Amino acid sequence: MSKARAIVLAGNPNVGKSTVFNALTGLRQHTGNWPGKTVSAARGTCELDGEAFTIIDTPGAYSLHAHSAEEEAAMEAICFGHADAVIVVCDAACLERNLNLLYQVMEITDRVVLCLNLLDEAGKQGIRVDMNALSGFLGIPVVGACARDGKGMKELLRAASRTMDHNAEPKRAGYSSAIEQAASDLAECLREPLKGIINPRFAALRLMEKDACFRRELAKRMVINASIEAAIQRARDQTGLSPEELSAQLTESVYHAAEEACTLSVHTTKQRTENQLKWDRRLTGWAGVPVMLLLLAVVFFITLKGANWPSEGLTAFFAKAETILQNGLEALHLPDFWTALLTEGAFRTLGKVVAVMLPPMAIFFPLFTLLEDSGYLPRVAFTLDGMFEHCHACGKQALTMCMGCGCNAVGVTGCRIIDSPRERLIAVLTNSFIPCNGRFPMLFAMLTLFFAGGGLGGALASAGLLTGLAALAVGVTLGVSRLLSVTVLKGVPSSYTLELPPYRKPQFGRVILRSLLDRTLFVLGRAASVAAPAGVIIFLLTHLQAGGQTWLAHITAFLDPLGRLMGLDGVILAGFLLGFPANEIVLPMILLAYTAGGSLQEMTSLTALGGILRAHGWTALTALNLMLFSLFHFPCATTLLTIRRETGSAKWTVFAFFLPTVIGMILCMMMAGFAKIF
Amino acid sequence: MKNLADLCLGETGWVRNAAGGLSQRLRDLGFTRGAGVECLLAAPGCGMRAYRVRGAVIALRQRDARQVIMEDGRHE
Repeated sequence: MSKARAIVLAGNPNVGKSTVFNALTGLRQHTGNWPGKTVSAARGTCELDGEAFTIIDTPGAYSLHAHSAEEEAAMEAICFGHADAVIVVCDAACLERNLNLLYQVMEITDRVVLCLNLLDEAGKQGIRVDMNALSGFLGIPVVGACARDGKGMKELLRAASRTMDHNAEPKRAGYSSAIEQAASDLAECLREPLKGIINPRFAALRLMEKDACFRRELAKRMVINASIEAAIQRARDQTGLSPEELSAQLTESVYHAAEEACTLSVHTTKQRTENQLKWDRRLTGWAGVPVMLLLLAVVFFITLKGANWPSEGLTAFFAKAETILQNGLEALHLPDFWTALLTEGAFRTLGKVVAVMLPPMAIFFPLFTLLEDSGYLPRVAFTLDGMFEHCHACGKQALTMCMGCGCNAVGVTGCRIIDSPRERLIAVLTNSFIPCNGRFPMLFAMLTLFFAGGGLGGALASAGLLTGLAALAVGVTLGVSRLLSVTVLKGVPSSYTLELPPYRKPQFGRVILRSLLDRTLFVLGRAASVAAPAGVIIFLLTHLQAGGQTWLAHITAFLDPLGRLMGLDGVILAGFLLGFPANEIVLPMILLAYTAGGSLQEMTSLTALGGILRAHGWTALTALNLMLFSLFHFPCATTLLTIRRETGSAKWTVFAFFLPTVIGMILCMMMAGFAKIF
Repeated sequence: MKNLADLCLGETGWVRNAAGGLSQRLRDLGFTRGAGVECLLAAPGCGMRAYRVRGAVIALRQRDARQVIMEDGRHE
């Protein structure tokens, strides 16, 4: 059998390219519409009439003039991937803009198919596209599709397969005669050295434009020697334009052609409803801010309430599993110590982490994905960008902060949506200031026990205090972002563009499934991989003795002076250290140390908890400082691992560890100091 | 000379050219000579503005919008 022929999928962001990919490959690939998900090209396979095809997905790109790491990856795959055909996925409701990329791709290869996606949505907006006219004008096959329902996928493959055998003749955008002449002269010089690498005319134009990204990729594949350099300069002189002016003219010509294509083929039958715009004005103005906070609060409420019973179920399940494991190990006649180490140490911690982490994440992230899919999230970035601009950061950081509410590790990964490396790093380093799901239960417990009584008044008071804490977290994030941008990460706010896609009805089923698989399991896998070893360490610390005391007691004694200075005590600090695998286990660890039990304990009732804590000298100040330190301390192990992977730098990982810790320590010491004075 | 940031909410203008570090990106998004641009949304304070250009809605910071020079009248 011959090698499967390769088809590259290209397209602007937000045109449903991933949906097309999934529809073609039957979800056999790991993709998601998570911005920044498809960083490298994903591959899948599909079959048509007995022939196999390899489908290569590329990150969304507005143009082959790459502006971000993702677009660079897309440009590389499209320009140098040597696919047998390219399918350019376009949004039928926004065709003119989408044609810019199509025209660029048509300069590279003749084997192009236009996939007109989201036809149903365009229809609802009163937009009808005459596909025959469009196909005739462009000189390439045009296939209409609604990838969500899987419509048009067979036809798309068939069209792509046909272009591989019968070369179409795309009608490219025409440039001025001076540019065309210069480009064809330069292409002639490049024909030999570029053989088998890329279309020489396209390369000629890009080199004349001084497209740095393209040149870098090209230089990996051929030597750009002095004579070629001279030829490029000659071609530039021939046009009489500066590279910037040339770029402008090229894009202008492309848009001229695109305008013509749309005039010919796009018919708007009814006026766009202005209803959406009215809503948009409200949602993105001042009134949008309370709406945003309310939405976030609702998402949290559902998450925290909804997570309770599955958490209990999982806890019970792991307790049973532990018994089974224990019986199994005993049957193997392992020494008691080892059995306990594996069950009470490793397995119990693992079970605890999974039981407390999985349900909130499995609820939070699908909810978040629904908001994302509806088109609301870019509006959040839009509304809040002003604040971030003042702090020399990027408005998209608001979104990574929201993700951080669910899990800081996911927030850190989400920072990929920020194009500027400096601003991305700021967002990564400050993400853990935002309390994640794992820290909220402890914050709640402290508020209820020490600051607000029961009943409605108490609930309102704790809600108010919680809002205050959240505001503090956001304030510190912004302040530190600003501080970083005048110190270690110097720079002015970068320029960026943000597309606000139309509101869409989310694709419930598939989206929820994907978000579960992509985000929840991803974090859980990592959390589990650190929880088990951490469980072993915790077990050893609480069981091994030196001088008549457990190691844990030695550690708490050692940490006690520092803890006291911070208005806490040694046990609390040890709790945070031992809670390194997951923030959820900080409070259980503290209880464990106080009650000198041998392994992780279940918190019984809130009043019982309050009793134990007060018996160990806790006051409102202790609780306040505990909450402060919970907000501002080193990120959990999972998050740090993710930071290490995302930044690729041990230095920044260490920095991310100390930055919040130092801030938290200073804040706590200040609070303790104030309390002493007054 | 008028620039994109001078466009009031609801107003439409026509692009002359885009300058600055973001110029190629802006052109790729459709801010090319003669393109009609409508200012659709304004974020609170001196925040971003969103513009309809070639059927899409693109938000820009005002400092970046100032880099897009507009025609004084309708471009033909």
